[in-house]
Amino acid sequence: MSVKIRYFASMRDRMGKAEDTVVLEGSAMTVANLWKKISGQPLPSNTLIAVNMEYKDGNAEVKNGDEVAFFPPVTGG
Amino acid sequence: MKVEIHGIPFDPYAVTRDYENTLPKGKHGGVVTFVGTMRDFNDGHDVSSMFLDHYPGMTEAHILGVMEEAARLSNIMNAYVVHRVGDIKPSEPIVLVAVWAAHRADAFDACRYIINYLKERAPFWKREATPQGKRWVEHNTADPAAAAIGRAKRSA
Repeated sequence: MSVKIRYFASMRDRMGKAEDTVVLEGSAMTVANLWKKISGQPLPSNTLIAVNMEYKDGNAEVKNGDEVAFFPPVTGG
Repeated sequence: MKVEIHGIPFDPYAVTRDYENTLPKGKHGGVVTFVGTMRDFNDGHDVSSMFLDHYPGMTEAHILGVMEEAARLSNIMNAYVVHRVGDIKPSEPIVLVAVWAAHRADAFDACRYIINYLKERAPFWKREATPQGKRWVEHNTADPAAAAIGRAKRSA
């Protein structure tokens, strides 16, 4: 399956890129497992996750064609 | 209801007037506006400028979601939100929330609800330039009383 990954703010600085497209075996996996595959590290505790622009947690399922975003707490307004 | 993201400075009072001119005449009894502007200090440091990052698409959708919640909780007639992104200088407006209603209580409640939940949920990130260098702002200041009002209303 192919998944688009996006990083924002300090997470973009940490990963050294704004986005990536990864091709993975299988038809679905959790966000937490996706993060482990792309970073080799546990997900930082304050990281927020969005799948297809909706807030989710690490247990959410990711499927082919999804857009997954990782970012720190939001500070708008 | 309408949400706009602007990459360049905007005049919150002019855009509020322009938007109000598109609304039916004589129907609302008042408009409450909140205008957030950039401070030249934060957390004990001078701040000379700021960069605001956002997630195009998700940001607009979540602001509109908050506005629709506010419209379900309060009897308002319309709402309009404008938010800056990009490079911002002190005193420039960052955000405008304008709410029109027949009566003031609904307009005040909805305006406060929208700005508070926008700050909590809409994906924006501030990076400040200080004499010590650039730093991402790690958390917003809270309005716990208003958040509690919102939670109570939402669970009612």
